[in-house]
Amino acid sequence: MPPQNERYNAMELMVCVAARQLEDGKTAVIGTGMPLAAAMLAQKTASPNLIIMFEAGSTAPQFRKLPISVADSHSQVGAIQHSSMDEIMEACQRGMVDYTFLGGAQIDMYGNINSTMIGTDYQHPKVRLPGSGGANDLASLCWKTLVITPHDKRRFAARLDFLTTPGYLTGPGARERAGLPPGSGPYKVISTLGLMGYDPVSKRMRVESLHPGVTKEDVIANTGFEMLFVDPLPATPEPTAEELRILREEVDPQGIIIGKRGQ
Amino acid sequence: MTGADDPIVPQGTLFMSPDVNAARSFFSQKSRAMTPKLMTVAEAVSRFIHHGDYLASGGFGGVRIATAILHEIVRQRITHLGFSGHTATHDFQILAAGRSFDRCDVAYVVGLETRGLSPNSRRYMESGEVKTTEWSNATLGWRYKAAAMGVPFLPVRSLLGTDVFRYSAAKEIICPFTGEKLAAVPALFPDVGIIHVHRADVYGNAQVDGIAIADYDVARASERLIITTERLVSTEEVRKDPARTMVPHWLTDAVCHVPYGSYPGNMPYEYYSDEEHLAEWLEAEKDQATLDAFLNKYIYGTRDFAEYVALKGGEKRMAELRALEPLRRD
Repeated sequence: MPPQNERYNAMELMVCVAARQLEDGKTAVIGTGMPLAAAMLAQKTASPNLIIMFEAGSTAPQFRKLPISVADSHSQVGAIQHSSMDEIMEACQRGMVDYTFLGGAQIDMYGNINSTMIGTDYQHPKVRLPGSGGANDLASLCWKTLVITPHDKRRFAARLDFLTTPGYLTGPGARERAGLPPGSGPYKVISTLGLMGYDPVSKRMRVESLHPGVTKEDVIANTGFEMLFVDPLPATPEPTAEELRILREEVDPQGIIIGKRGQ
Repeated sequence: MTGADDPIVPQGTLFMSPDVNAARSFFSQKSRAMTPKLMTVAEAVSRFIHHGDYLASGGFGGVRIATAILHEIVRQRITHLGFSGHTATHDFQILAAGRSFDRCDVAYVVGLETRGLSPNSRRYMESGEVKTTEWSNATLGWRYKAAAMGVPFLPVRSLLGTDVFRYSAAKEIICPFTGEKLAAVPALFPDVGIIHVHRADVYGNAQVDGIAIADYDVARASERLIITTERLVSTEEVRKDPARTMVPHWLTDAVCHVPYGSYPGNMPYEYYSDEEHLAEWLEAEKDQATLDAFLNKYIYGTRDFAEYVALKGGEKRMAELRALEPLRRD
């Protein structure tokens, strides 16, 4: 885990860093939990014109509270359009959706994700997990995929038990050879230790900034595959007082995602 | 599991035939008559959902689901169902508790979104008793859409290159116009679909407010369709706002008037989800004995859905959930 800090906790840092990755004026299909907190924070800071869409059909809501589900009433309040799953997924397939932002899972060095099962025999899983949901579609069809997840050896794995959601598959050119839309793919991973991107040539995950107090050795010790690092390696800018205020007071006042203060 | 660019040959079981001519001949015989179809949930389930049928559940897991039908399937101990799980959460949880299905097209199951995983659903899926084929939310939706269109498949650009594709029953095809690789997803014609709506008349003309999710296509793809409705209205009421009509009567086989019919799920514009009771479900699932007692209390030991709602606090609790609903009209 990252070093303790008096100003903010690990979840708050991750959400603030994640929010800065979403450029203003773009479209994004967002999952519940930390990705949604990040997208809401982005809207209230540098990206007021970010268009948030949910796979169940709501487009550009005006949130009063964090939704529990990507279909619940809080995802639909003040929306520009109430449509359907096919409308949203077809916008992705047509090339109209810039980002998708997915939650924690097992991820490998090419940004492939497992959210289906742990074990070696598909018909007899040791642990059955939910499966793709919309993640396979969104990471296939949106231009840029972001993932937010705690950083440990189990999650940053050398080998996935099941490849649910496509990253760069087996490396350069593999998405295109498989038939996935050219030019789409993994973009950023925000973890408890750093901000990762992908090497443009090898398509392998690389650390682009280390969170305050985190060392390269911490990352290496908590990653199951050989992680790359940019050189020189900057530190992640800390959350500003204003980002933290908005996150705590306006995005998640109940501490559902970022935890309750003082605990 | 995926090797270096080895071609992936999908090996999942196709549970339902995409035979569009068989579907046409079924639909050719389906009544077009605008006759009253109002009945109790118990009658609708015993007439239209049979042992071994393939079931599609409308809504989105814990949002606008036909809970009363799902309870009645468990209460009548209908088993060996096939089930389509596109973000199936509380609906899946109820049927897993009743061990009602033995095969499942999976996009999202076992999980309850931010509420965590259902322990009993996990045990059931890890028991080896349920045969599964993998899909994704969009591809299950597009499978309904292909059926609704009356074509045997749709070409799509997701799934490719992954283990979801490997354990699906999709096929890789080449576009005859552009040469692109595409995934062909087969039409899914469920034996029966169940959808909860905001208002319907006795003939089954049904309207939904808020997002439609995949229900427009579920209604058209399903051979038989059961509608449960919050409010029973006149046909004149339906005609006042025809753009809201998702289901015209000739798709509908049964209409059941079920106030609070999505409870404990959320019904947009009506009431929010009962998070306390959903947490009670999770707690009860810790082991089989506590789950059995829980099911005896709420499903096997109740005559109908209204009795369940009454056990959960009736109008008083529903008023609280209405107050929590951010889209409520008042």
